[in-house]
Amino acid sequence: MRSFQERLHDFDARRIRLVAISVDPPETTGEHVAKMGWTYTFLSDPRAEVIRRYDLLHPDGGEGGDIARPAEFLIDPGGTIRWTDMTENYWVRARPETVLEAFDQLAAAAAPPSSPP
Amino acid sequence: MTRRRNFLPLVGLLVCLFALLSYPSFFARFPGTRDVPWVNWLLFACGFALLGIGLVRAFGRPERHGGQIAAPILVALGVVLGGFFVYLTEVASRQLPASASAPKVGEKAPDFTLPDVHLQPVRLSGLVGTPSASWVLLIFYRGYW
Repeated sequence: MRSFQERLHDFDARRIRLVAISVDPPETTGEHVAKMGWTYTFLSDPRAEVIRRYDLLHPDGGEGGDIARPAEFLIDPGGTIRWTDMTENYWVRARPETVLEAFDQLAAAAAPPSSPP
Repeated sequence: MTRRRNFLPLVGLLVCLFALLSYPSFFARFPGTRDVPWVNWLLFACGFALLGIGLVRAFGRPERHGGQIAAPILVALGVVLGGFFVYLTEVASRQLPASASAPKVGEKAPDFTLPDVHLQPVRLSGLVGTPSASWVLLIFYRGYW
């Protein structure tokens, strides 16, 4: 979370909106985010409805019960998923530079540089 | 010659304890020390070295150093802490659901509406393709409960 905040300018420059989702209620998330100085979007899914729809529910994974397993989805302007990361170990998560590299490769593949005349 | 107290095993155990606790509380905050917990492994290596030297002192030169009872106990506790660290970072954290039905690359991201920290509803389809941001990175995280 912190590392994504530190690279926020790189995501802004590529017009990628960061949206983080957890089961934490908005009040808890709001306090934590304000304390940490994180400025991107944090959404709350306390009943894990969206987490279930994305099949990311980790039953009893947290002290408070059901939580989300870590996962990242990069979604293009048409709403299609273009890149994902599903970690096998929750201490090992996608780094911002990994996502930025994946985006740059997708962008390069979508618009190849014009060949010299 | 007077017998000296043998503090090394105790220091070694404290280093092991710090190695264990400093990962979730500090080093896991930074991807560089989180994904591969090399700092904590290094701290454990130092802790085990101190425990080992202390143990050798206690039994190698018992006429000079104490700790014949305490040193083996402290070494055993150090091993338990090391084992718990391996469990924490390599076993417990891998107990994740299979998520076989999670959306895949090439599929449409399922739309949803959820409240932000100001309780304002945010809809995914209202974010993608907008002038201010055309792509969206969804980050599902465990939360802080």
